Amino acid sequence: MYPSPGPKDTQQTGPHVAPLLNIEDVTLQYVAGSMVITATYQVSAKVYKADRFVLLGPSGCGKSTLLKAIGGFHKPTEGTIRLHDKIVTEPGPDRMMVFQEFDQLLPWQSVTENVMFPLLCSGKIRNRKEARDRALHYLEKVNLSKFVDSHPHMLSGGMKQRVAIARGMAMEPDVLLMDEPFAALDALTRVKMQDELLELWDDTHFTVLFVTHSINEAIKIGNRIMLMSPHPGQVKAELNGLARDEIVGPKAKELERYIHQELFADKIEEGVNHG
Amino acid sequence: MASVAQSAVLVERPEIRTTPQLASSIGAVQRELGFWERAYGNGPLRKFILLAILAGIWQIYGVSVGNNLLFPTFTDTIAAMWSSIQSGTLPARVWASLNVLLIGYGAGLALAAILTVLAISTRIGEDIMVTLTAMFSPLPSIALLPLAMIWFGLGMGSLVFVLIHSVLWAVALNTYSGFRATSTTLRMVGRNYGLRRWGYISKILIPAALPSIITGLKIGWAFAWRTLIAAEMVFGVSSGQGGLGWFIFQNKNMLDIPSVFAGLLAVILIGLFVEGVVFKLLEDNTIRRWNMQN
Repeated sequence: MYPSPGPKDTQQTGPHVAPLLNIEDVTLQYVAGSMVITATYQVSAKVYKADRFVLLGPSGCGKSTLLKAIGGFHKPTEGTIRLHDKIVTEPGPDRMMVFQEFDQLLPWQSVTENVMFPLLCSGKIRNRKEARDRALHYLEKVNLSKFVDSHPHMLSGGMKQRVAIARGMAMEPDVLLMDEPFAALDALTRVKMQDELLELWDDTHFTVLFVTHSINEAIKIGNRIMLMSPHPGQVKAELNGLARDEIVGPKAKELERYIHQELFADKIEEGVNHG
Repeated sequence: MASVAQSAVLVERPEIRTTPQLASSIGAVQRELGFWERAYGNGPLRKFILLAILAGIWQIYGVSVGNNLLFPTFTDTIAAMWSSIQSGTLPARVWASLNVLLIGYGAGLALAAILTVLAISTRIGEDIMVTLTAMFSPLPSIALLPLAMIWFGLGMGSLVFVLIHSVLWAVALNTYSGFRATSTTLRMVGRNYGLRRWGYISKILIPAALPSIITGLKIGWAFAWRTLIAAEMVFGVSSGQGGLGWFIFQNKNMLDIPSVFAGLLAVILIGLFVEGVVFKLLEDNTIRRWNMQN
């Protein structure tokens, strides 16, 4: 019922196409002190190849926990996560993660080494020179050619996040998991990074799962947006994103208003319940 | 309404618009530091001047005491040191001490490595390490010397035993707390790469914990020196190989106090060298270069 997908920006996923990532009734719980807290309750979603799949919701909706479960860092108490029909049980380089924190780069390695390191230690590339070439190639894509020999502490926050993205993409993983990667950046840099991410996607059509709490960011990045409600996280809706030329304009405003309403309705209910 | 209220409160001013001057017309955006500023910024030079001042104070106090048996002057000490270097006794003693020290230090580090790796790999290993450290860390090594002499006799064995005791707990505790302090993000990054067990420890945890590990190495080194000199004073002459501690003790017996001071000075100089050169090089090339410590 919501803005129909633009023709050139969304792929045709008929029932005959198998999903790349299949999340089925996943309930995630974690222990905090003496309490067991349910982060998500029976969440299901299918992510297809080349998707820019956005998990959107307020804080406490379990979107980051769900992403970490896909990364293999959390074991679902119920349900399964399958990547290429294989159940995810542990972390692995086929699902590279980009975190929000700037300290995700290894401070003892130069920018190039940071990008080369996962290639070499996962055994994806054994030859050092080849790994270096690939690292330099992806660093060029994120416009960091001038800083390949710098150490992470010499870079700004946005540059560090670009290195992390290059590192993730250089591995050419099945899916790139991004956990609010731009949330700690200033507004101008954030917009620039979103544009760059879209350019990169246009270039290689990688599959990305993107967690955010910003409605604008979700509309701009996603071709598919999953809304989650908080406490515990449940699927509220799965919407199609907009075509690239519609992400600013009346359609975007309308979608934004709708999403806002959906997420905001929860807060009113919550207020009544607790009030 | 609002604007009336505002205009009553706010002070009205004209707007200001200017064009910033070109950097070239301002002149000194960058300038080189002057000679004194650079000299003050030079750590080794600052420390050398400090040492020279301390030596000066020593000399003045020594001259004012005027009794070589109580407090020899700096120059007397240096003279005594020079003559024992020329006679070959001091270098032999230093060598004997360093030899034992390096063996004990190395063995202590190896055991500390095994203990901490066990501690982060398994929960029971963690319990063992925490309990043992809590038990033995406060126990002075010298207190173990009588036991060590019964077990290992008067010789290198006993010395190495007490040295291991003095190094092991300090290094293990620091390394372990460094591992524990590694950020969750870095740990997740390492596991994301598919690193496990030894690969994870050696490629993620050890570099990430390096600031704490180096601190542990320094503390361990200082503890080892103290323990060794003290232990050598208890027995030093087994198989004719006394160390520096024995050198100090022997000269005290002969009331050659300048030589006692020379022995102490040798301990201090070696300490300064290890701290100021060996550990500094290690830090400059690792954690300082990576900005993990300032």
